[in-house]
Amino acid sequence: MEELVFTRPRYLKKTPFHYCPGCGHSIIHRLVAEVIEELGIGDKTIGVPPAGCAVLAYDYFDVDMGEAPHGRGPAVATGIKRILPDRIVFSYQGDGDIAAIGTAETIHAANRGENITVIFVNNSCYGMTGGQMAPTTLLGQNSTTTPGGRDARRDGAPIDLSEILALTQGSVYIERTAVSSLKNIIKTKKAITKAFKAQMAGKGFSLVEILSPCPTNWKMSTIDACRRIDETVVQTFPLKVIKDETE
Amino acid sequence: MGESNGKRPMTAKTNKGRIVIDSSLCKGCYLCISVCPNECIAVSDETNEKGYHPARFKNTKGDTDHACTGCALCAIMCPDIAIEVYRG
Repeated sequence: MEELVFTRPRYLKKTPFHYCPGCGHSIIHRLVAEVIEELGIGDKTIGVPPAGCAVLAYDYFDVDMGEAPHGRGPAVATGIKRILPDRIVFSYQGDGDIAAIGTAETIHAANRGENITVIFVNNSCYGMTGGQMAPTTLLGQNSTTTPGGRDARRDGAPIDLSEILALTQGSVYIERTAVSSLKNIIKTKKAITKAFKAQMAGKGFSLVEILSPCPTNWKMSTIDACRRIDETVVQTFPLKVIKDETE
Repeated sequence: MGESNGKRPMTAKTNKGRIVIDSSLCKGCYLCISVCPNECIAVSDETNEKGYHPARFKNTKGDTDHACTGCALCAIMCPDIAIEVYRG
């Protein structure tokens, strides 16, 4: 008897993604939807999409979604969670959204220990607007605003937001993973599961930073973009559990 | 792409799996081809309505060197959820 072993998760609509070929957002959307399905929290989950490439995430997730102004995901999620504390609230943000425009909201939500989960997708550039330098752009990386490579003296060094958030009192679980390989995808799913479970147990602020390929703006093939994460990006942003106080 | 990448088949050489690729969703990133341990996926000569050459499941019946085992690695890697996996 033939058995269907892999198909579209229950909480993703049958809408084709608008993302570029090989984009990590699509994989991360699927992982989040799979975790929501496996934890059985689909009817009480509320997502907060960002401004950026993932702005249309509400077209894809089949759970309640409430769009946030640019960078204000953790602030909007805080409001939703405080009004509806029995719901599972996650914000979904890119690196420009969370580490530049929304730095203040993010740090203070973490410091207050808001019981929300943040999915932080780090592709080391501003993807939607055409590949400008983001705070997370690596030193030496070419972008449309750093031709010739990012220079620490002129442009500053890449910011490690997850490490900063780990210093706050209220954060309980912060891990950095990637979606560049099968092994990393499986680890990412485990990390997202743990972050959601931390929220379900009422522990406090949880965040998963996910290094994601951007073949279009990195001007690479999809496979080279994944290889770049595994060989180059992880040297600046090492994959590890940064903080775990869930036990 | 699509040629032998030097990897040896890691899984048992039995034809117990099958995948269905929705070519209208495929954007031709070919990450599935890069992770398939048994080289069961190739690039289609046709284009889909988006203009990409979608990935195509090779008919592996009787070809024990390139037998789909239904391991689902391609589906786990596929960004566009274009692959359904059947086993058994």
